[in-house]
Amino acid sequence: MKLHGDVEYEKVIRVFKEFVGEIYQRPPLRSSVKRQVRIRTIYYNHVLQIKDRNILFKMGCQAGTYVRKIAHDIGEVLGCGAHVVEFRRTRSGFYTEDNCLVTLHDLSDAQAYWKERDDEQPLRSSILPVETAVALLPKVWVKDSAVDAICHGAHLAVPGVSKLHSGINEGDLLAVMTLKDELVALGEAQISGEKMLEEDHGLVARTVRVIMATNTYPKAW
Amino acid sequence: MKEPTAPWMVERETLTRSEADTDPKYGCKPDSRPLTEHIRYGFANIDKPAGPSSHEVTAWVKKILRVSHAGHAGTLEVHETGEIQA
Repeated sequence: MKLHGDVEYEKVIRVFKEFVGEIYQRPPLRSSVKRQVRIRTIYYNHVLQIKDRNILFKMGCQAGTYVRKIAHDIGEVLGCGAHVVEFRRTRSGFYTEDNCLVTLHDLSDAQAYWKERDDEQPLRSSILPVETAVALLPKVWVKDSAVDAICHGAHLAVPGVSKLHSGINEGDLLAVMTLKDELVALGEAQISGEKMLEEDHGLVARTVRVIMATNTYPKAW
Repeated sequence: MKEPTAPWMVERETLTRSEADTDPKYGCKPDSRPLTEHIRYGFANIDKPAGPSSHEVTAWVKKILRVSHAGHAGTLEVHETGEIQA
């Protein structure tokens, strides 16, 4: 970002450190979400390089944080004003620059390799399975007998659960997986992880979004 | 001030409630899907160039891979670059 005035390096670094943790934000005029004040978390905010009024920084933040607004606010606190000049996303949860980042050209080439030379490998390595999208969510693994019912929209009950991640709280978004580690659906936890282990009946998760096609696993309901 | 925990820093253990086997006849491990299914249930981590909108990039992905539907997560402005998942 670029400052609109001169500020000492030490002050810039000090102020950047203040913009970490939970902050309030109201989406700007030009946004597709409802313009109400909401809390967002900034995980880290590191200044990488300062040259004259230009600052190169790396920020880790929750999805939906308006970085340009943060930069604007940092400028306000510094007293001179600031705006973002160039912006690049280097990470989105599980997806990082080291993790299979492809360009549209790569995809196009990989597609050509498949169609013209019958070589599946480039396309396979360019595309990640949908399970990667839930890599950071807490997971619940279900028995084969429970899978098809969930694919039809049924909610998950205790008897269907085989394994689960630690640290699940009521209300958490969960990924429902088969024992082959395929993604079945997304669910909302109705009870805590501890209760899931202790109880022998009851609702575990409300099915929010089904991913797997029906009839992948046999009907057992 | 200690930095807050980012989602990718959370460590979880796997706890077993009831041991069970899975029948190899049904379903398929994610890394051994037939290619068309791999694409259909796939995510491409795209390095978006500056110029097109995120929506345009997704439309191109649809055209390149010849799929009927594609969406994206993580909208980037026209002049922004970086990771966008389609």
